[in-house]
Amino acid sequence: MAHTETHAEQQQHPIKLYLLVWGLLFVLSFFSYLIDYFGLQGFLRWSLILIFMMLKAGLIVAVFMHMAWERLALTYAILLPPLLVLVFVALMVSESNYVLLTRLAFFGSSP
Amino acid sequence: MSAPLKTHPAESLPRPAGMAGLAADWASDQQTFKKVSWGKAMMWIFLLSDTFVFGCFLLAYMVARMSTTVPWPNPSEVFALEIAGTHMPLILIAIMTFVLISSSGTMAMAVNYGYRRDRKMTAVLMLVTALFGATFVGMQAFEWSKLIAEGVRPWGNPWGAAQFGSSFFMITGFHGTHVTFGVIFLLIIARKVWRGDFETERRGFFTSRKGRYEIVEITGLYWHFVDLVWVFIFAFFYLW
Repeated sequence: MAHTETHAEQQQHPIKLYLLVWGLLFVLSFFSYLIDYFGLQGFLRWSLILIFMMLKAGLIVAVFMHMAWERLALTYAILLPPLLVLVFVALMVSESNYVLLTRLAFFGSSP
Repeated sequence: MSAPLKTHPAESLPRPAGMAGLAADWASDQQTFKKVSWGKAMMWIFLLSDTFVFGCFLLAYMVARMSTTVPWPNPSEVFALEIAGTHMPLILIAIMTFVLISSSGTMAMAVNYGYRRDRKMTAVLMLVTALFGATFVGMQAFEWSKLIAEGVRPWGNPWGAAQFGSSFFMITGFHGTHVTFGVIFLLIIARKVWRGDFETERRGFFTSRKGRYEIVEITGLYWHFVDLVWVFIFAFFYLW
């Protein structure tokens, strides 16, 4: 096969690793559900939601999508740009607060 | 037919690793993504663009929710179900999450068996993945019809801020579309694997090119991404 040598080293990892990650994702999802089930509120709720979310996302990208075994050139090209979305988030948080303030100031509390 | 033109010579020297490797890979006129085929690199870049699409949807939802003066409907109650007389908050969404995670698990195993050239197991695992995906879409259809019957519309709902409906239909609808396309993609590739296209080097109906087992991993990348997006939707839309 002419093109196998120029392409692709294959991602071959033990099945056990996938089963472990699968189990971890189940446990983390169950914990996320419990946050809502027990009705946690405030800072605890938000921080737990974000922690479980990031752990799940990290496991999926690193192991299921094999990002942990790719070269840094690909990893950074794919994972750094989404971080810039956080700048957009910061902009829009400030904008939302301004819109809310304007609405409250000019339209009262009812729409 | 002559042998395909090599655009990059076989690598003789070991590539540097870590940060030195990052600089070296990007530094000169060469193939930047070593040891990754164009198909896989392009799927990653497509997924990056899709990340921005979903990122913008979630941002729009954040702005709508932060800037409204009307209280946001409580998702815990909106998506609650009565099962056998017990009131279960958010239960349908939890089940959907488990279904999608299971499909990701079977997909990861399918990729593994694909690289072992185990045709039957690969095809079966891909079909199971597609089945989980179809189940997910079915449950989403149930959820949509339930909410529509309760009076949720893109322009209003009985419980609070009008933007709830538009955010919900836009975000889950776009995600459901991705799952649906993923199921179709899985079925096409599972059929190719089952028929042994990658052993017999049968040419594809659309591209007229020979396929390789790597396409299973590329399909897997797309499928895991769909699961990944759901992790964020679950956290921000349903739990927050």
